[in-house]
This record gives sequence, C-alpha cells and structure tokens, in this order.
Amino acid sequence: MMDLILDVVSWALLSAGGVFVLIGGIGALRMPNLYTRMHAASVTDTMGAVLVLTGVMLQAGLSLATIKLAAILLFLLITSPTASYALASAALLAGIKPDAGHAADEATDS
Amino acid sequence: MTIVFGIFLLTLLVITALGIVHTRNLFVAVMLLGIFSLLIALNFFILDAADVALTEAAVGAGISTVLFLGALALTSERERLGTRHRWLSLAVVASATLVVLYATFDKPRFGDPNAPVHQHVAPWYLEKTPEYVDIPNVVTAVLGSFRGYDTLGEVFVVFTAGIGVLFLLSSRRGGANHRPPGERDASGIGLREHVIPRVVGRLLVPFILLFGLYVQFHGEYGPGGGFQAGALIAAAFILYALIEGEDRTLAAVPQRWLNALMVGGALLYGGVGLAGIVLGSNFLDYSVLGADPVAGQHLGIILIEAGVGMTVTGTLLSIFHAFAARDRA
Amino acid sequence: MELLGLYHYWVFVVLLMIGFYAVVAKVNLIKKLIGLSLFQSAVFLLYITMSKVSGGTAPIVLPGMVDPLYSNPLPQVLILTAIVVGISTTALGLGIVVRIKEEYGTTEEHEIQEIDRR
Repeated sequence: MMDLILDVVSWALLSAGGVFVLIGGIGALRMPNLYTRMHAASVTDTMGAVLVLTGVMLQAGLSLATIKLAAILLFLLITSPTASYALASAALLAGIKPDAGHAADEATDS
Repeated sequence: MTIVFGIFLLTLLVITALGIVHTRNLFVAVMLLGIFSLLIALNFFILDAADVALTEAAVGAGISTVLFLGALALTSERERLGTRHRWLSLAVVASATLVVLYATFDKPRFGDPNAPVHQHVAPWYLEKTPEYVDIPNVVTAVLGSFRGYDTLGEVFVVFTAGIGVLFLLSSRRGGANHRPPGERDASGIGLREHVIPRVVGRLLVPFILLFGLYVQFHGEYGPGGGFQAGALIAAAFILYALIEGEDRTLAAVPQRWLNALMVGGALLYGGVGLAGIVLGSNFLDYSVLGADPVAGQHLGIILIEAGVGMTVTGTLLSIFHAFAARDRA
Repeated sequence: MELLGLYHYWVFVVLLMIGFYAVVAKVNLIKKLIGLSLFQSAVFLLYITMSKVSGGTAPIVLPGMVDPLYSNPLPQVLILTAIVVGISTTALGLGIVVRIKEEYGTTEEHEIQEIDRR
C-alpha cells in the first residue's frame, strides 16, 4: 500500500515537473523580449527541477542516491539563478534594452 | 523507451549542428557548440558509456567553450563572408555522404552482442579484470593498465599542446610597450563589481575542487579518472578567474606551479613506467610495484591517474591563462 | 527495429558531413575549427554506438551481480583518449588563429591568401 502511494505521488510530481518544463519552453519561444524569455526559462530551472528531482527522490527511497539527488538539487538551485543574473547583466552591458518588445507596441497601436 | 529518448536526442543533435554551421555570429555558434556537447554527453550516457559522458561534459561543454570564447575575445565575433564555392562544396559533401551512407548498410545491427567488435579482446578484458587488476571500473583498468601505453602517449599529447600554446601566446605582443600589471585595463577585473556571481562563485569553488578530487580518486570504483578530474579542477580555477580577475588567480596559483604540474604529471607517468624496468620487468608493468601483482596494479593505476590529472590540470589552466592574459588590439 | 539501429548510423553520417561542410565551405578560420570539432564528435558517436550491447549495462564489475551483460569497454577507452586529444588540438588551433589575427589583421581565409599573394 505504501509503495502504491509513493509511486502515485512520485508520478504526480514528475508529471507536474514536466508540465512546468513545457511551460518554460513555450514561454522561452513566445515571449517578445530577451529578458521576458529568460524569466520564462527560469521556471524550468526552479519549479521544473524541484518537482522532477523530488519525484525521483521518492522513487529512490532512503538510500545514498537520495542524498546525492538532494545535493544536485541544492547546487542547481544555487547556480541557475546566478547564471540567469549573469546573463541578464551581460545583456544589459551589451546594450539590449529591457523594453516590452513588439507585443506591447501592437497592443497600443490597435 | 530509452531508444525513443535516444532518437529524440539524436534529432536534436542534428538540428543543433545545422544551427551551428548556419549562424554568422560566432558567439552564437560557440554557445550552440556547448549545447551540442551536453546533448552528445547525454547520448553517451544512454549508450552505457558513463566515463565518456563525464569526460565529454567536463571537457567539451566546459573547457572547450571557455577556450573558444577566449579566442573570440581576441579575434572578431562575426563572420564577414559566409561561404565560398558553395555549390562545389555541397557537391563534394553530397558525394561523400552517399559513399558513407552506402557503407552504413553493412554495419552490424545496433546492439548486436555477436558483432565483431565484441569478440576477441573485449570479453577477455571483462573477464580478466577482476583477476589481474581487481578494480570494479573496467574502463579505468583497460585505460590504465592493459592499454597504459596509449594513455602515456595521450598525456604527452596534452603536454605538447600546452607547450605549443605557451610558445605561441606567451610572448607579449608589441614587444617593448607592455604595460605594468598595475595599469591593467578593465578587462582584468572580472566580475568583481557584481555581488551575486562573486558570492555564489566563491561559495562553489571549494565544492568543485572537492568534487574534482573525488572523481580523481574514485575513478577505480565508478565513472571517473584523471582526465575528468583534471578538467573539473581546471574549471574551478577558471571560475575563480572569471569572477575575481585573472591577476588574482595567477597570484593564487602562479604560472610556475602550473608548469610544475604539467611537467610533473608526465614525468610521474613515465617514472612509473621506468620503475617497472628498474624493478626487473617490462616498461609500464605495474605488477612488480607492490607485494603481490594485484596490489602492484592498484598502486600503479593510482599513480598514473594522479599523473594524468596533474598534467591535464596544468595544461588546461596554462592554456586558459595564455588566452586570457593576451592584450587585445 | 533495423531502421532504429540504422538511424544512429545515419545521424553519424549527417553530423560528419555537417562538420565537413563547415571545414570546407566556410571562410572564417574559427568556424572551420568549430566544424572540425563537430566532425570529431560525430566520430565519437559512431564508436560509442558500436560499443552498446542490447540489454547491457555500463562496464563496472560490481560483486554480487548474477550473469551480467556488459557493454564493450574498449571503444569507450579509445574515445576517452580521443576527446582529450581533440580538445588539445582545438586549443592549439585556436592559439594559431589568434596569432594569425595579430599578424594579418583578419581571420577570413580569402583575405589572408590575398595578403600573402602581395
């Protein structure tokens, strides 16, 4: 019985993580501007990674693999936002302006 | 199911490669090359090659991207003229494609256990490793012991590449008019004004070094070994150099130490080989190094992996410093 | 099932030819080096594809495994060496390109040949 509950919960977490990765991917494609695209892609790094890794940790049970997965999750959560920050400040330095892009212009035109 | 994932990854590989060749912006091409390396590392892992996946991820996605970016900073970032003789090149490539495609139909079926590559030597390695070398990771046993001569040649190749880059790029350009280090332009400061990368980077560097040492010494029991460890430790120092500036990194690990690491690793490997001769057996025969042959093999593999790790670390860091210290036009 | 296996080899051929096209047709020296790197990665993919055994695992001999089937470790050893040698030659090639840029002022092959002809 416990195994079944664990399986169901981990599958729910994995699917939810997959949904968030998909949302991040769609956002990275459809957003009008570099900064909004990065913001959408960061959903993949945080929510997607947390849910998927927690689901896999539930599958692994209480073993060394779970501790390794927790360490991976910790390092992912520390490094991904830093990478997004470095990317955004590099883009600002390169001169890409954080305006709203073409979508806002079309909205005000119509 | 894994096969479907493998096919998906292969398709992504082809799309990424097409993007790399098509784009005129070299910065984009280098970033896509990093993504390509990570995708191919995933593919290696699906094909049961864990050591190779680790090496490709560390060396291809990490070090190679940094070296290309260093070279791009010293040259130009855009291609001016894209392609010359486009139709002639396409004709040559198309005919070569047809020839190689014709050859793929004679290849053994994917995953066939009776393919010629799985006969003769490979089952002997798998069978005799617990008996002769007694370490779990067969790839490290073959790399270090059964095929140690090839690995010695590889260490010398890495060493030669390091020497070559140092010859090419260590003399100051312009000769007499190089500025004293205190007047270095803003490019030497790194990311010191940015608090977040600085804090996180300084937090991460000791963990990366620890992981590099773990991979170095754990290479006999799981995927790992000298090459991956060398690339990881070099990556830790490169991260430090990107954040704190190249001057401080050279103050932390001077060029003399890097030269000593490069030379010391190759000498250690050669020395272990010569020790085999001195103790009465063949070159690179580790069995005579210890009390019984298996202990000797263990000692020999630990020593040569250390030699490999030292040379790879020293070389990759020297090459990075050679690119980063070069004055821009 | 056979088509599935052939797909791996066809992807190898396509990647090989994409890298080859970049080396032959592109004019920028760094683009040529990137194409060479793609070419090398395609060859690695071929070898590791050949080493896979259906139903096998990574060649790590752990005690207590009953009747295991391992993938071939020999191509993995060869490709480990090849990856490191590849990065060494790429680094050396990039060093040469940087020096060419400093001496000739350009990294485009036709302009370099033009300057040499004068």
